[in-house]
Amino acid sequence: MAYRLNVNGKVLTADVDDDTPLLWTLRDTLGITGPKFGCGVAQCGACTVHIDGAPMRSCSVPVSAIPAGAKIVTIEGMAADPVGRKVQAAWSELDVAQCGYCQPGQIMSATALLKAKPRPSDADIDAAMSGNICRCATYNRIRAAIKQASGQPVEA
Amino acid sequence: MTFELTGASRRDFIQASASAAGLMLTFSIAPKAGAADAGVKPLNAFVRVAPDGVVTIMAKNPEIGQGIKTSLPMIIAEELDVPWEMVRIEQADNDPKTYGRQFAGGSMATPLHWDDHRRVGAVARAMLIQAAALAWNCPAGECVTDKGMVIHVATKRRATYGALAAQCSAVTMPDPKTVALKDPKDYRIIGKATPQYDTAKIVSGQPLFGIDVKRPGMLYATYEKAPVFAAKVAACDLDAARAVKGVRGAFVVDGGTALDGLLPGVAVVGDSWWAARKGRKQLATKWAEHPTSQQSSAGFAKRAAELAAGAPQMVTRHDGDVDAALKGAAKTVKAAYAYPFIAHVPMEPQNCTAEYKDGKLEIWAPTQNPESGRQLVARTLGLQPDDITIHMTRCGGGFGRRLSNDYMVEAAWIAREAKAPVKLLWTREDDLHHDFYRPAGFHFFEGGVDAAGNIVAWKNHFVTFGDAPDKPASSAGMSASEFPARFIPNYQLGMSAMPLGVPTGPLRAPGSNALAFVMQSFIDELAEAANADPIAFRLKLLGDQQMVGGSGGYNAERMRGVVKAVAEMSGWGKTKLAARSGMGTAFHFSHMGYFAEVVQAHVAADGQVKVDKVWVAADVGRQIVNPSGAMNQVQGAVIDGLSAALFQKVTIENGAAVQANFDVYPLLRMADAPPVEVRFLKTDYPPTGLGEPALPPAIPALANAIHAATGVRLRELPIDTSLLKA
Ligand code: FES
Ligand code: FES
Repeated sequence: MAYRLNVNGKVLTADVDDDTPLLWTLRDTLGITGPKFGCGVAQCGACTVHIDGAPMRSCSVPVSAIPAGAKIVTIEGMAADPVGRKVQAAWSELDVAQCGYCQPGQIMSATALLKAKPRPSDADIDAAMSGNICRCATYNRIRAAIKQASGQPVEA
Repeated sequence: MTFELTGASRRDFIQASASAAGLMLTFSIAPKAGAADAGVKPLNAFVRVAPDGVVTIMAKNPEIGQGIKTSLPMIIAEELDVPWEMVRIEQADNDPKTYGRQFAGGSMATPLHWDDHRRVGAVARAMLIQAAALAWNCPAGECVTDKGMVIHVATKRRATYGALAAQCSAVTMPDPKTVALKDPKDYRIIGKATPQYDTAKIVSGQPLFGIDVKRPGMLYATYEKAPVFAAKVAACDLDAARAVKGVRGAFVVDGGTALDGLLPGVAVVGDSWWAARKGRKQLATKWAEHPTSQQSSAGFAKRAAELAAGAPQMVTRHDGDVDAALKGAAKTVKAAYAYPFIAHVPMEPQNCTAEYKDGKLEIWAPTQNPESGRQLVARTLGLQPDDITIHMTRCGGGFGRRLSNDYMVEAAWIAREAKAPVKLLWTREDDLHHDFYRPAGFHFFEGGVDAAGNIVAWKNHFVTFGDAPDKPASSAGMSASEFPARFIPNYQLGMSAMPLGVPTGPLRAPGSNALAFVMQSFIDELAEAANADPIAFRLKLLGDQQMVGGSGGYNAERMRGVVKAVAEMSGWGKTKLAARSGMGTAFHFSHMGYFAEVVQAHVAADGQVKVDKVWVAADVGRQIVNPSGAMNQVQGAVIDGLSAALFQKVTIENGAAVQANFDVYPLLRMADAPPVEVRFLKTDYPPTGLGEPALPPAIPALANAIHAATGVRLRELPIDTSLLKA
């Protein structure tokens, strides 16, 4: 059926089956390919988007389960988000990425964290980022970038 | 067919390339025919200069996260003397006639191209100078360059590269072999931490990867293969799949028997990937019996122990008299080590987009080895290689997995059959069930030390996979000169092999990623037997020679350098640690890099391991091209090694891989990632690669740290925490 979805501030229509995960609706139907596919079972976080501000694994959210009018924000929407922009800037300055494939999901999780806790501790970072795998293991720099984006001292 | 740069063949290749360094380019430098677009002048196959001075540099090799798309163009830009801000980088297509071999493997790009890429930039710069000299009617020797401009020193006349480029057709290209290169002290780009060129696109989620490719009229495909490798389709319900809404086709692919080729399976094609996948779930495929369906990890371990009880099938090295030395040793140690199959699991699942039209095939692929993919596709589909074009996308990780192009030949076959552009995408389950795994292996050791604390005897019976010990499965071999061979007077390596129906292949630091664990752990056992400090014991083992094994051998001096450095960095022997905390060390030489590492770990009462910190001392020569990328590679490789040591294992049962997704094949996550401190020693040797050599020592350094913390010697991977309870 046709779903009306508010994505990055625009209302878009997607004609998909009820059980289609939001990830595939975004990627294949709406052409929004920033959210990535890594596992399909809510284990890796590559597909993370915000639904009404909460970080969600879009591979495991059927489009029919999204509340009407919910605001979906993807990595493509981060440029319009003051916290997201700060996080993106820290990611760029510290050259966090290796392959880069996990990083949209990492940035979405980190942005949600900083909105909830503007100065996260190491334990906060561990907890908030534990759902995002980086196969290239850029964890040292992800931690540093979160600290930098939150104005905390960064260890080399 | 995959190629593999391990053991002897890899060394030959390096030697052949090294002897050519400075004398020969590995590619043709002439501009590609028809490469010029409006006003943009190709100076050679790698460099184009636009009238506004923007310089486009071609990145020849696949980018898999190792940063090569940035670092190779940095080398060209340096010698071209153009500001980095003026540089645009373009990913080359697969084009071996122009670019030579284009691959990501063996940490080879820096050693292979350090010299020739400098010459590419220097030649282009020399041509711009000549063009200016011609215009100003002065000797070229009176001109210098600075920030994308040629300057006549005496008259202070200056012209931008953009203005001069068009006049370069009037000048002849100087000989790359003799063109002058910069003095390294004048470097402005090489050696400067430079963020990856694609950073802005990565952090904003713009399409970059194979999975992001979209073609007009494109369909989406999924491909189901047998859990037992190469088993044929016995039955399936194609109609049930076709009945699913959005499915546009379903068909059986006969495939062949070569494990690295097109394997039998069932393709389902749809308007969306989700539809194709739903269709696939209706197939209820039955698979034919297959001769390897009885194989299992447990069976391999049992068979390895049986083989170890007898003489090795082949003795591949015997120095001195190892049995006599064992008899005469002050102390002897006997130990059996084992490591499992593991998977590559690059973050971006395997995918490929293919479009077949009028006998020509166009392919967009995340691949580490495009030309071998093109040859495979040509052979399998009966096409000429020249009718196949391969565009290389950024790869969401490689780790050696994308040296094999099985997913490429599948996409090509399905696209031709479907008569539409097709994007094939594997599930993570497909990926874990159809990898070219790092092979498991079994080592049965006996070693002896004398009263002075020297290793006097070392005997290893290595049970591996293959048709015979000298015909090992891919990445399952071991060189007869693998350390500590040549450092111990009485040394024996025996090998036996078991047949294997499971595909194997190179995984980041192939061979080394397993061998370092067993060698450096057993060295620790001998240090303990000798009552010696693990660092002091290792330095003694490394002796006082510079080169061991002649030129091209093992540079013991460089290794001693990193061992001493890491001891100093970590405060080895000087740090008072809490109960059940310990430091362990290991070193390993691979991919031309010398690495020594120290891990500090704490083991909780319940056996859980927490790595507090890792120190790395690295010697990859005199020049780090991009210090930012270099640091990232080393930190990532170390944590990758810890992840393998702590968690990773693929179990074979009934001829098939058991683990299917990250819930049962865990990777290390943020909370378990220790800080990794790195020091590059910068010795006076040519620069070498960094994608791999930091990984191998991390695994034994952790195992040795756990032993220091608990007294428990871990001889099997992954680490079994139930053995570590207080
Ligand atoms: S793809 Fe959604 S969590 Fe992995
Ligand atoms: S950068 Fe490659 S998976 Fe994170």
